[in-house]
Amino acid sequence: MKDVYQQLVSIVGPAYASNHPEERFFYSRDGGTMEPREPDFVVMPKTTDEVQQIMKLANEREIPVVPMGGGLVLSGLSRPLKGGIVLDMKRMNRILEVNETSRYVVVEAGASQGMLQAYLKKHHPKLKHSVPDAPPIATIAGNVLIHGSGHLSAMGGFHTDMLNGLEVVLPTGEMVRIGSCSTSPYWFSRFPLPDLSGLFLGWAGTTGVATKIAIKLYPNRPFNDVIIFVTEDPEIVPDVIHRLSGVAVAEDILAWMTPKPVWAHGFQMLNVNYGADSRRELTLKRDLLRESVSKYIDEKVGGFMPLPPDMKKRFLEAPASTLAVFADVNKGGGFEYVGGIMPIELFPEAYRKGLEVASKHAVTYSLGARIIGLGHCMMFFYAYAFNRADEADVKRAQQALEDTNGMVLEMGGIPWKAEAPAQKQIINKMHPPTYELMNRIRAVLDPKGIMNPGNWEVS
Amino acid sequence: MEYAEILHRCFRCGYCKLPSSYQDLNCPSYLKFRFETYSPGGRMWLLREWLDGGIKTSERFQEILYSCTACGNCVEHCIFPKFKADLLNAFTAGRVELVDRGVLPRLVSRYFKAIYNYGNPYKLLKEERGKWAEGLDIEIYKDHEHLFYVGCAGSHDERGQKMTRAVASLMKRLDVSFGILGADEICDGNEVRVMGEEGLFEHLAKQNIETFQKAGVNKIITLSPHAYHAMKNYYPFFGGSFQVLHYTQILAGLIGKAGFTMPSKPLKVTFHDPCYLGRHNNDYFTPRVVLGAIPGVEIVEMDRSKVDSLCCGGGGGNFFTDILGGGPDSSSRVRAREAAETGAEVLAVACPKCAKMLDDAIKAEDMEEKLRVMDSAEILIERLVQANEENETATSVSR
Ligand SMILES: Cc1cc2nc3c(=O)[nH]c(=O)nc-3n(C[C@H](O)[C@H](O)[C@H](O)COP(=O)(O)OP(=O)(O)OC[C@H]3O[C@@H](n4cnc5c(N)ncnc54)[C@H](O)[C@@H]3O)c2cc1C
Ligand code: SF4
Ligand code: SF4
Repeated sequence: MKDVYQQLVSIVGPAYASNHPEERFFYSRDGGTMEPREPDFVVMPKTTDEVQQIMKLANEREIPVVPMGGGLVLSGLSRPLKGGIVLDMKRMNRILEVNETSRYVVVEAGASQGMLQAYLKKHHPKLKHSVPDAPPIATIAGNVLIHGSGHLSAMGGFHTDMLNGLEVVLPTGEMVRIGSCSTSPYWFSRFPLPDLSGLFLGWAGTTGVATKIAIKLYPNRPFNDVIIFVTEDPEIVPDVIHRLSGVAVAEDILAWMTPKPVWAHGFQMLNVNYGADSRRELTLKRDLLRESVSKYIDEKVGGFMPLPPDMKKRFLEAPASTLAVFADVNKGGGFEYVGGIMPIELFPEAYRKGLEVASKHAVTYSLGARIIGLGHCMMFFYAYAFNRADEADVKRAQQALEDTNGMVLEMGGIPWKAEAPAQKQIINKMHPPTYELMNRIRAVLDPKGIMNPGNWEVS
Repeated sequence: MEYAEILHRCFRCGYCKLPSSYQDLNCPSYLKFRFETYSPGGRMWLLREWLDGGIKTSERFQEILYSCTACGNCVEHCIFPKFKADLLNAFTAGRVELVDRGVLPRLVSRYFKAIYNYGNPYKLLKEERGKWAEGLDIEIYKDHEHLFYVGCAGSHDERGQKMTRAVASLMKRLDVSFGILGADEICDGNEVRVMGEEGLFEHLAKQNIETFQKAGVNKIITLSPHAYHAMKNYYPFFGGSFQVLHYTQILAGLIGKAGFTMPSKPLKVTFHDPCYLGRHNNDYFTPRVVLGAIPGVEIVEMDRSKVDSLCCGGGGGNFFTDILGGGPDSSSRVRAREAAETGAEVLAVACPKCAKMLDDAIKAEDMEEKLRVMDSAEILIERLVQANEENETATSVSR
């Protein structure tokens, strides 16, 4: 292995390759509940060419490679399950191009959400991208590649729906371009070509290393507001979501259900964020949203909550930094969540069962759902806090997450960014020829099985 | 280890690496090294594992702990309100633990030894301490209103001395009553404290307090924000309660009233907040008041300023040990580039360490032609000279 280290050093330079116990320790785990798995090396490339050289070396020597962005997925996807190289991509963080007219941006794969947000604010204040609530050091690529969602998802769908193109280094070291950028100097769309991006989306880094990515940008409107619909009856929530999203003015619709603060306990809150170019337009949009659910207001089974200014400010913040603070509710430093992607009509069941799992395992929970598209589906999340210093508590959360994954699948949903064990649960339920096709594709792209091995595998 | 109980509470979310705008990396050691291990979260997780015996003390581990510049960005920007205030305390406690175990990087032990033996890290004899004042007609402290405490960098570093002379000259011109300790001045100990040598810090603090008290000092003006921090916030624990002012806090009230004539040419200045005046002591206002009171000075802010300021990289002992090191990603060079982007001609500082770090960075970036590092006193004195020259030219023309 010493010669591998030397070769990695010769590719990226001594400052950016490590086989030290310190890095091997830190990169063996993430903030969630999954057990650590040590890498042999941590490497930080700066260019696509360096990534290609690393992949060629790894392919030749059959060394596992695990790409990592912010490492914030929480479900352990960038732990090197079979050792090898962790590729920390965050040195590749340049913002390469903003096309104001066709509203897209091209960035290197390690560019962070926060960096893009600040860059747009400064240089293109009329544009924004869909910001997930992940901490701002999370990468654009890491988020899109796992089908993330965020503050413009009610308008634009999954972040994958906002993908215009990719540059990817294959497990065998070749670089490919996906989308219009393969054929044109512009990164305007993935179409009208055969859409090869699916070879890299949702695979948890098992098919290649993205080095550049283009995503759509959206108008950043000067006037913004949030209103919160509240009810105590989960049965009406699917229709409320259907109506609110159907107005097609919301940028983001986010449901949240938590036992704390006490005043929120037992209620289902639906935050609806929207923006406008003028005050009049904002008022009009608000009225349209209110009108869409007036039936429930008239029946007195739901209504809009008055919002104190500081709370409004918090709900308009992107990313919502207070979300991460859930990790410290029990002074324990950790939480992890299952994000079940599912149809809207499953909301009442998803909610009830979430409460059951949380109560069965006695875990501190926070539930919620982000609406994707015009109510086309939702990412229902079940977040459980745990105390990292208490092994039994970590295990308890892990068990609750496992049960939740099973429960989501049973209901007809699919766990998102699933932990390796949950991926197996998904595969068990999957139409077998689909999984067979996945394997055939992987065998072609990655003949030696070096890309993030242990993921999307049965054994 | 003190603060060990908070280590497991770090969620490794990384807010602490960034400024409020999230625009770029704002933890100097993470910015330089880029491995997660060199970020505040990395330190939290590594310290915990190290205390549990999972990783051994190594040169790498020492480098990780000592490349922290104690800038306080993590304390400012960590989003966990219940323990964020103690992040830097935990890193300091980690260094205390290294000191206690006697496993220090060579550069750090050398630093401690020099201070212990010479009272300064430059290994210079005490006679050298007050030499910066030669020719300025500055008195040794007797019954002046203020003691002007200069510190090691201001006394011994060439760039620091320039700043000290400017500040002292200006204070004289403004009739501030002050004297210095000259050869009797020794290190304030702030860096020794953050580097984990608690015993040596206590020794220095007590010695300084005794000297000050014997001389009858009540009010201290410090050149360096580092000394200001130690004397204001830590000396009281050892019985040393003085009224401590950073020199800008004296100048702020006097410059505006002085009625200086300034040159007609305006001067565009951007201000670099020193961590120990800004983030550690919450004074972002005073140095800007001083600059703003200099007629013709226009202040332009860098994207990262005040609570979001990027440290020059000289804190936590790195000014002397240079464990953080140089290169294009060193925070001093990143900061110099950021200052240049504002279009300012002058990068204003209020700390001798910042002055030196940023001066060197500008040289390394080859930007000496367009950007100069100056403290507010240097700016003022230069402008007074220019005004004089203008005046003389005008007089000779009219003659
Ligand atoms: C408090 C909190 C809130 C969150 N809120 C949201 C939210 O609102 N919406 C949301 O979508 N997510 C959310 N997340 C989940 C997650 O943090 C984000 O999706 C995040 O954007 C993932 O990006 P990352 O850079 O951290 O990816 P990583 O965790 O580093 O990687 C994710 C996966 O992508 C692979 N990968 C990373 N980079 C590459 C690359 N260049 N090439 C190939 N494969 C790669 C990795 O191997 C891994 O399998 C949240 C997480 C937290 C902690
Ligand atoms: S120190 Fe605070 S902000 Fe930084 S990673 Fe830890 S919890 Fe997050
Ligand atoms: S004090 Fe500054 S250098 Fe040290 S860990 Fe915090 S942000 Fe980084």
